[in-house]
Amino acid sequence: MLRYRKYPVLIVSLIIAFFPWVAAHVPAIDHYPDIMIFAGIYAIITIGLSLLMGYTGQISLGHAAFYGIGAYASAIFTSRYGWNPWLSMLLGTVLTSLIAIVVGGPALKLKGHYLAMATLAFGIIVFIIFNEEAGFTGGPDGMTGIPGLSIFGFKLNAERYYYLVWGIALLVFLFTTNIIQSSAGRALRAIHSSEAAAMAMGVNVPGCKIVVFAYSAGLASLAGSLYAHYMNFLNPSTFDIFFGIKLLIMISLGGIHYIWGAVIGAVIVTFLSYEWLHYFEELEILVYGLILLMITVFLPQGLAGIPEMIKNRFKAAP
Amino acid sequence: MGPEKDCILDIRDLVMRFGGLMALYRPDFVVMRGSITAIIGPNGAGKTTLFNVITGFLIPTEGLVLFNDKPITCLKPHQISRIGISRTFQTVEIFRNMTVLENVMLGFHGRMGSSFTASGLKAPWAVKKENLIKEKAEGILKFIGLSRKSNHAADSLPLGEQKILEVARALACEPALICLDEPAAGLNETESHVLSSLIRAIKEKGITVLLVEHDMKVVMDISDDILVLNHGQKIAQGPPDEIKSHPRVIEAYLGDE
Ligand SMILES: Nc1ncnc2c1ncn2[C@@H]1O[C@H](COP(=O)(O)OP(=O)(O)OP(=O)(O)O)[C@@H](O)[C@H]1O
Ligand SMILES: [Mg+2]
Repeated sequence: MLRYRKYPVLIVSLIIAFFPWVAAHVPAIDHYPDIMIFAGIYAIITIGLSLLMGYTGQISLGHAAFYGIGAYASAIFTSRYGWNPWLSMLLGTVLTSLIAIVVGGPALKLKGHYLAMATLAFGIIVFIIFNEEAGFTGGPDGMTGIPGLSIFGFKLNAERYYYLVWGIALLVFLFTTNIIQSSAGRALRAIHSSEAAAMAMGVNVPGCKIVVFAYSAGLASLAGSLYAHYMNFLNPSTFDIFFGIKLLIMISLGGIHYIWGAVIGAVIVTFLSYEWLHYFEELEILVYGLILLMITVFLPQGLAGIPEMIKNRFKAAP
Repeated sequence: MGPEKDCILDIRDLVMRFGGLMALYRPDFVVMRGSITAIIGPNGAGKTTLFNVITGFLIPTEGLVLFNDKPITCLKPHQISRIGISRTFQTVEIFRNMTVLENVMLGFHGRMGSSFTASGLKAPWAVKKENLIKEKAEGILKFIGLSRKSNHAADSLPLGEQKILEVARALACEPALICLDEPAAGLNETESHVLSSLIRAIKEKGITVLLVEHDMKVVMDISDDILVLNHGQKIAQGPPDEIKSHPRVIEAYLGDE
């Protein structure tokens, strides 16, 4: 059985908590906490995606769309209707989960590549809507004037936003890990391994798939809202198909079968795209392709799988 | 009521057609509660198809399956599992991404599984249930004789033990009726001997056993009642002694081989 490991979570949480303080004292990296805000936003998506793809075995290339729906829901509810940002965030998440249930019902009956194609198609359609429904979304120009967040009248500046995002990421991490280590998570892994046997053992396979799909879509939406209220403006290109692929690279790099991997992958890919790959400019996408290829060939379990790999190496060689 | 009272499963006018192929054609029979009933027949006779219909994996073209006098043909596999019919598969379908113990623990999902929310929040009742599931699963592994391997990866077991593990997992559903599809296939003689006593022990627990098996020694040893299928039709039914010497059975087997 998977055991609950409190200390690694605690240590990593402390590192993340003190990181801004350390970074502030090192001029070369003093802007890293800002990048970490995006990493945290992406981690919220990848944790859910890892549960869906790594544990349940259901591929989705459409989560960029759920991320976008959350972001636009927040933007539209707040700047067009003047609703409270927190309420908008909540409504966006509920709305996105409902959309996921409607889309997932038929789509999750498909397997493997067909499911990948269906979710990809969904992503493309939503992306087109973001571009074309200019009356609502501002079209290709996007939307501006999205209000920031505040708690009890305190405006959340970048410094505080960092803690909000990573605090939410921590809660999502704990909730998801709890699922994995319980009977619900076992049912998901069973679906991954043999749907027939899972059904025969009383697992409501279609129901479980839809719940996980909706959960991961809801998290993507929440991340989208956090993005919108942080950036205060949006445009559709943030939510294009390439972003969906980038999410895939994050969880593959980190290790698709590990929730930790989702977080590690999100952080690394975020730094790659915001900081380390700037020199490559147009060629950036090639670098990602190369990374994906290298992982698939040399590190199929991803970075989080390295300890296990070393352990098995030693076991194999007596 | 009379003798009807003791029947747990009643198959009536069942027809299963795949396109032009008649896989099952009205093999009417009843299974007595507490018995070991074997279904035998040549390859392609429709035995697995019959299991698939009983356990909800296939919707029959015509006919009814009554479990405890209630029709179950409209239920989904997971619903059928939850009302007390569990099964194993002819092609081993253990969960390869789990340990032996986790495989058995999953069997309890239908009856005792916690919801997503309760699991995610580590609700006290979910934790309690999880501990209970673990305890019960360990009990089943002990009963089945796989305790010492409980933390091994399921796919590291030899085939014989994988098949036993599937039986263990099916028992975890706490079924009233367990359907075993060729549990002895691929087992050596000692292993199938162990399996025979295991199936008897399952019967002793009060669980009705429906057994598809090619190993005639196992079948003749432990069955109370044998149903013989050929081309989807019932050609004979009776106790082992009667079936052994039944002319149509001999004909079907000799004619096929
Ligand atoms: N899903 C299906 N679609 C089409 N034909 C099927 C399907 N399932 C089974 N059949 C056919 O139905 C017939 C009965 O198959 P079944 O698997 O029930 O036989 P069986 O008695 O279990 O044989 P075996 O001893 O080889 O396991 C076979 O001709 C098989 O090809
Ligand atoms: Mg068969």
